Amino acid sequence: MKPFVSVEQLGRVYPGARGGGPLCVFDAVSFTIHKGEFVCLIGHSGCGKSTILNILAGLDAATSGRVLVDATEVRGPSLDRGVVFQNHALLPWLSARKNVAFAVRSRWPAFSEEQVARHAQKYLDMVHLTGSEQKKPAELSGGMKQRVGIARAFAIQPKMLLLDEPFGALDALTRGLIQDELLQICAATHQTVLMITHDVDEAILLADRILLMSNGPRAGIAEVVKNLLPRGRTRQTIHRDPQYYPLRNHLLDFLVTRSKRYRNGAGSEAPRTTAHEPAQEAAQ
Amino acid sequence: MRLPTRIRAALGSLLLLALFLAAWQLATLPAHDARSGDPEYAALLGARKSGLPAPAQIAEAAWAQLKSPFHDGGMNDKGIAIQLAWSLGRVLLGFSLAALVAVPLGFFVGTSPVVHRALNPYVQLLKPISPLAWMPLALYTIKDSSVSSVFVISICSLWPMLLNTAHGVASVKREWLDVARTLEVSALRKAFLVVLPAAAPTILTGMRISMGIAWLVIVAAEMLVGGTGIGYFVWNEWNNLSLANVIFALLIIGLMGMLLDLGFATLGKLVAYQE
Repeated sequence: MKPFVSVEQLGRVYPGARGGGPLCVFDAVSFTIHKGEFVCLIGHSGCGKSTILNILAGLDAATSGRVLVDATEVRGPSLDRGVVFQNHALLPWLSARKNVAFAVRSRWPAFSEEQVARHAQKYLDMVHLTGSEQKKPAELSGGMKQRVGIARAFAIQPKMLLLDEPFGALDALTRGLIQDELLQICAATHQTVLMITHDVDEAILLADRILLMSNGPRAGIAEVVKNLLPRGRTRQTIHRDPQYYPLRNHLLDFLVTRSKRYRNGAGSEAPRTTAHEPAQEAAQ
Repeated sequence: MRLPTRIRAALGSLLLLALFLAAWQLATLPAHDARSGDPEYAALLGARKSGLPAPAQIAEAAWAQLKSPFHDGGMNDKGIAIQLAWSLGRVLLGFSLAALVAVPLGFFVGTSPVVHRALNPYVQLLKPISPLAWMPLALYTIKDSSVSSVFVISICSLWPMLLNTAHGVASVKREWLDVARTLEVSALRKAFLVVLPAAAPTILTGMRISMGIAWLVIVAAEMLVGGTGIGYFVWNEWNNLSLANVIFALLIIGLMGMLLDLGFATLGKLVAYQE
């Protein structure tokens, strides 16, 4: 099956700061995402995760390589790719409903007022914000704001969803709740998702595949880890799965030690992509 | 027992007013000339009165003016409301013309760093010029004193609005623009639904500053060109040596300026948002 998203030899070089040479954040980044797949991208700060996501969103341009989504090269932002921003990025002068309605109106300019309102309400209900539609972002808690951001992204019914560390600023309890909601919504809509996260547990819960990035500069995808925990994972039971801790340890080990090693050996010749299936390790 | 802050502040204000009026009244009491012990001589000179009117005289003058605010007895005898209307009309006209230029131009300048840098030296050069210094040039080219004062008002209210609009537009958060981009929002829709509301508080602040300056300048401009307006009224009453009327006019000018400022503060609150 042809992958839905295909990232090919992507590289991003920033012009050097005063006196310094140009800075290559990452290069030769290649990966694919299949339709309906949930992929997480993990790496330390500065490895260019957000830049990769922005390039997929069409908000940033790659220096080299290209991105194909649904067999079309990404050349700019599109309503086909919904984005949930790191800091929710709600328009503070609009109420929660109007923030979502703004997106709905952009997607379907021909909708009547009533259709827009109904459509927006449906997605606000979906993220359990019924009753808070008229509140301005400043009156909402951090978790509620991010829920509005998620409702806004889903409301335009994009072909794929890009989430840039959407839960980074939330407390653990709220994060868990919204993760559950996101899981349910994605399962119901068969959404294709790329999500950036720092949180190993979050990745295991949500992702079908986890891309591990080495440290920058000249970062790359160091490992692709397939999540062998079956779909239908829930926060309540996931840690009882015998494969959970081996996978978790594998990911943590990568972040703590191996991510640095790849950087040191990061020549363009070095084989950077190694598939690793922790289940085999656990079985041995 | 302590009264609430607001009430204590109001009492303080009233106390200050009472002290001020008392001091004023004392200062304007008819002075006894110590040199002339002869009351007949004093009577011959006329009772020496202080040059400044006492508070009661000002109240009297104010009452006379407020009794018939719309009377029009010709060139030098117009009611205070008519004069005030002239000044307000000129200020609003000049201010609106300036806004029509400054807000769109500021929008353009704010979105383009190149245009901003290209225009900046001229703005910096023109901004510190006293608006009244334009008057000879305006009178020569426009050949109409009333229109010239409108022009002067326009010039002085242009800069704060232009700079504030440009600043407001340039500092619209990148993430809001990114949201608009990912939603494929058209340029016009983005300008009106994202950039304008985001920059509105800054633009309103610029307008408030502009209006403050315009109200300062109109009095001076009308003193200079004459004819009508509250500024001309002040100058005319000075020529009549009616200081009571001058002081009454000053109070009216202050009051009007305060109301204008309050109006823009209210507008500013309407477009304000909390992040």
